[in-house]
Amino acid sequence: MTALAHVGQAGGGGPTPPADDQERPGRRWVPYLLLLPGGLWLLVFFVVPLVQLFTVSLQSQFPGYPGYYYRDVNAGNYLRALTDFAPQFGRSLLFAALATFFAFVLAYPLAYAMAFKVGRWRNVMLIAVIAPFFTSFILRTVAWRQILADEGPVASTLNALHLLPGGHITETWAAVVAGLTYNFLPFMVLPIYASLERADHRVIEAGGDLYANGFTTFRTVTLPMSAPGVLAGTLLTFIPAAGDYVNADLLGADDTKMVGNVIESQFFKVLGGFPVAAALSFTLMALILAMVFVYVRRFGTEELL
Amino acid sequence: MPPRRLRPPLDPAVGGLVRAARASQVSRRSLLGVAAVGGAAATLGACAPPQPPAAGTAELELPRDVSGSEPVVRWSNWTAYLDYDEDTKRYPTLEAFQRRTGIRATYSEDIEDNDSYFNKIAPQLRAGQDVGADIFVFTDWMANRVITDQLCQPLEIISMPNAPNLLDSLKDVSFDPGRTHSLTWQSGFAGIGYDRSALGREIRTLDDLWTEDLKGRIVVLSEFRDTVALVMQSQGVDITSDWGRAEFEKAVEVVEQKMSEGYIRRIKGNSYLEDLKSGNALAGIVWSGDLFVLRAETGNDDWTFTVPESGGTLWSDNMMVPITSTHRRNAMALMNYYYDPAVAAQVAAWVNYVCPVQGAQEELAKTDPELAESPFIFPSADYIARNNIQGFRALTPEEDQEYSALWQKVMGN
Repeated sequence: MTALAHVGQAGGGGPTPPADDQERPGRRWVPYLLLLPGGLWLLVFFVVPLVQLFTVSLQSQFPGYPGYYYRDVNAGNYLRALTDFAPQFGRSLLFAALATFFAFVLAYPLAYAMAFKVGRWRNVMLIAVIAPFFTSFILRTVAWRQILADEGPVASTLNALHLLPGGHITETWAAVVAGLTYNFLPFMVLPIYASLERADHRVIEAGGDLYANGFTTFRTVTLPMSAPGVLAGTLLTFIPAAGDYVNADLLGADDTKMVGNVIESQFFKVLGGFPVAAALSFTLMALILAMVFVYVRRFGTEELL
Repeated sequence: MPPRRLRPPLDPAVGGLVRAARASQVSRRSLLGVAAVGGAAATLGACAPPQPPAAGTAELELPRDVSGSEPVVRWSNWTAYLDYDEDTKRYPTLEAFQRRTGIRATYSEDIEDNDSYFNKIAPQLRAGQDVGADIFVFTDWMANRVITDQLCQPLEIISMPNAPNLLDSLKDVSFDPGRTHSLTWQSGFAGIGYDRSALGREIRTLDDLWTEDLKGRIVVLSEFRDTVALVMQSQGVDITSDWGRAEFEKAVEVVEQKMSEGYIRRIKGNSYLEDLKSGNALAGIVWSGDLFVLRAETGNDDWTFTVPESGGTLWSDNMMVPITSTHRRNAMALMNYYYDPAVAAQVAAWVNYVCPVQGAQEELAKTDPELAESPFIFPSADYIARNNIQGFRALTPEEDQEYSALWQKVMGN
């Protein structure tokens, strides 16, 4: 009785949200309706393929019919993915980590300069960072093959100086890491730039006012302020780099293949490789998810970007 | 109750339209079903893995041929495999075909190697979907798989009057007796290719490759039926007959060893030509015709193809019509056109692969008598026997799977 009276009172009383709901019940559905297109998109193009891929990863092969499978719960595919292809997993994570490190080393000074030092050149530099996106990254990687070719300027100079142990740059792991670093650099630059650019200059000035020298100010004030950008940048570089196979395929050798190459070859080159390829994809996904989880837990901040 | 009024019989054309409209209604409805939340389960149900074909018993259901109303044919082929005019950026014989028949032909070089192309399109073919091709071209062993898996359509020799021009030696192949499903596009050899002047010496055997001046400058084919076969021949194995895992592994070990010692730079598909062009590689295990294309493209006549003393491989690539193609008649018209000896001679003069068409040699002799004597285009039986040029024996599906997995491992996959 009292509860009902209370509700009635509130309803008649004023423009509180529940009252609004009662007057126009359609309102409650608005957020769901807004979520619907994105949700459907995710369902059809992410959840369904993912579930489909998962069922494939558990299939077994018809005995005597290579290339044909039946529904099964065959965990052996995962075992094979982990044992047979451990070197490629290791390489993927190592190359991605190296590329992330080098991208960070290159990107931070660049983003810092763009945010604080270059003044009116800022837009030009931003365009320079983004411009490579106007060409396909496969084309750009093929172009690197040309630049680094044995008869090309880089390799012949290094060879003349006897600085190239193997005699060539392409088909080495260094070329793969360099390619990854190059291809994902903008993903590191832009988030760091965004967080530095937003930083409050007065806080940095305060560092100087408190008699900190330039380095201490940078270490205790600027760097922590850019942490969200660094976190986002490292994630945006590491995750796609670990799954990349184009750089290893175009710039690497047969003994520098990454997991992406194995997945490609199991899907497209090996008769009956579908289940193992699917298992490899899931294992890679799980590995990256776990690493990212630990990383974000350890270094994460509330606000990404 | 009054009798139900009978509808007047429909004009066949109108009937077709009505059927089409009904079909589209059904598909729209089923599409909506998929989009619904419960659709996720439905999709999964529909995507059950395909069953293996019942051996020979299943009645093959062919799609309706619309060649008449859609005068197009889409042809997927390997790179550097059709006469091409650098100046006009066109394929002269294909242009002539379009003028002669009025069928619009689209040509794409999208086959990099047998496995990757087959595995890309096989799921679609098995699901009954169009793969964007009305003709595809596979090497013998893969053609065998395509035919046994019933992924291609039977051809009608009767509507291809030029087809009997096929060389007698290719008429009765084991994978397609009587050539009911395929026609040879080109044949070729695998051997050694190298730049004679850059190297400053002759290469006669496989062992001539493993020297200091070629360290890190050798590419080999990703097709193990060529690369491993050549090594097996150098070890004295007869690749046409009885050999097993032991012989195969012994040859694979050599490739692995030469890779770890740094001689072989990379195992590659058709893109090995780029490495020869850019100078990253100076020699390799290659396909015969490619070296002649390389000569033409680089203007360097020192590119040399040679069959090693221990022997080379002989293979054929075969044109077939995908099971889901609706332009079979157009596809057959195109095959028939390329079996005209004059046309075949024109193609042979450009691709420099072994020409499978009888009479082409005489046609080529009219325009280029010297080229018509080339053993790489018109090899005599004697030439093939003398140079120990052999076909790799057919593998059982189990062997195929085992060896290709072994080979992928060598390639770092």
